[in-house]
Amino acid sequence: MLELKEIRLVYNPGTAREKCLFDGFGLRVPDGQFVSIVGSNGSGKTSLLNLICGTILPQGGHVRMDDRDITAWPEHRRLRRIGRIHQNPAAGTCAGMTLLENMSLADSKFKRMNLMPGTDRRKVQGYREQLRQMGLGLEDMLHQRAGSLSGGQRQALAMAMCVLTPIEFLILDEHTAALDPKTADTIMELTDRLVRERRLTALMVTHNLRYATSFGNRLVMMHQGGVVLDRAGAKKAATRLEDVLGLFTDISVELGN
Amino acid sequence: MTLALQSFQNALPSTLEQGFIYALMALGVLMTYHILDFPDLTVDGSFPLGGAVGSSLIVSGAPPAAALLAALAAGAAAGLVTGLIHVKLKIRALFSGIIVMTALYSVNLRIAGGSALISIPRDKVTLFRNNALVSALPEGAATLVIAVVMALAVKALMDLFFKTRLGCLLRAAGDNGRVVTALGRDVGNVKILGLMMANALVALSGAVLCQQQRLFEISMGTGATVLSLASVIIGVNLFQRLERMRATTKAIVGALLYKACYSLAIALGLLPGDMKLVTAALFLAILAVGYRKRKGAPADA
Repeated sequence: MLELKEIRLVYNPGTAREKCLFDGFGLRVPDGQFVSIVGSNGSGKTSLLNLICGTILPQGGHVRMDDRDITAWPEHRRLRRIGRIHQNPAAGTCAGMTLLENMSLADSKFKRMNLMPGTDRRKVQGYREQLRQMGLGLEDMLHQRAGSLSGGQRQALAMAMCVLTPIEFLILDEHTAALDPKTADTIMELTDRLVRERRLTALMVTHNLRYATSFGNRLVMMHQGGVVLDRAGAKKAATRLEDVLGLFTDISVELGN
Repeated sequence: MTLALQSFQNALPSTLEQGFIYALMALGVLMTYHILDFPDLTVDGSFPLGGAVGSSLIVSGAPPAAALLAALAAGAAAGLVTGLIHVKLKIRALFSGIIVMTALYSVNLRIAGGSALISIPRDKVTLFRNNALVSALPEGAATLVIAVVMALAVKALMDLFFKTRLGCLLRAAGDNGRVVTALGRDVGNVKILGLMMANALVALSGAVLCQQQRLFEISMGTGATVLSLASVIIGVNLFQRLERMRATTKAIVGALLYKACYSLAIALGLLPGDMKLVTAALFLAILAVGYRKRKGAPADA
């Protein structure tokens, strides 16, 4: 369970550009939920993810993970249980290291960082298998540097690294936005499969309303730091792309876009 | 011209010796600049720090091994301070280095007992004199052999280290800090560790150099950062296309080439006082050439 409670978030406090994004904001995501979050630019989607991961800290309120208050936890501590995929495919991998080294790094997440060999030959076959499941040919590229991969392949590698360890939460920050439509579909289906198989609790920010309606079991639409639509379960399943698009357009018109 | 060549040749043994000693510093700077992507100016202070600690211990009769270990520890401590300032107080890398470098000038002077010079008498036991190892080696070549073995040993240890879990984590921290955070580790701590290791090597280099020239001087650190950066960048840029050549090898060759250019300039009649200008010009030339190359090349994906 992830929860934001009475969050207050102000950007540039005390300056002329001060902007209060969240005031008393709350969102509770029970275990096993896969939430799609949509909303126009500046509505607070990414800020919400950053608050959960600890990339930014709120001026007020609490962040909870299961029954623990993690508001004061540094980012790296939270990420022991949370996996995060960024919009930029380069963000989740080390460009100068080989795929094998990247996978080995991810695999050492809960091991002691000592002077044991960084890569373990006995694990290579397992990594190959993990990468094969991504379906982008990564299994034959173990000794290439991650920097030589295409955006889609790199995002797939980032996902493979993310789920190599027993994470419980998955945070997806427009993770298909930088990819071409076909690769985006592949990555999205991969994401959905991983979330189901691993029974992850996931939050996905996306600008793709089709993904938001066809994947996941809860849909949240945000606008100016508030939730304007929140449907879960059967109501979410019955929600069609046109409904969301309609509401989205209304809000945009109201904004004068 | 023949005269210049002659004097370059005469200086060759000492050029090589010092080249391999400076290579230790270049290996340290490789760790911060190349692996961690951290511009570390502490080097200007930690290089003479190693010299001061090592020389004063040697003069007081301590064995060379103890002097080198103490230099390593002192350098690591300097790196720790820079790292703590940068990570815990969130001060920029450049300023953190400048602060520690400046403070170290006074510290070094204190360690040297308030004098700007420590000369190591001929009869003292140093790494290169009056010990069993030296007497076992052919006369005249002992210093070079010891310097080469040290540089290669450190290089081999670093190559091994970068293949360990901790070494991979360090490389990851320089490559993409977010990956380290995603692994549930504090990237700041990794940086501190890297700075400690790097400055330990830099101080070691300073201590060894002082024993080779039997002299410590307080100003020996001036330009050490630029010198070692120049070595690393010469090596890395020159052998850019050799993907299989390890960065550590490139740094050592870079240090040797730098030292060779230095000797050549001296042989051509420039004065030691002109050398900072030569270093700056050389450094600029390498950076400018490297930049032109990059402009032509496709952007890194």
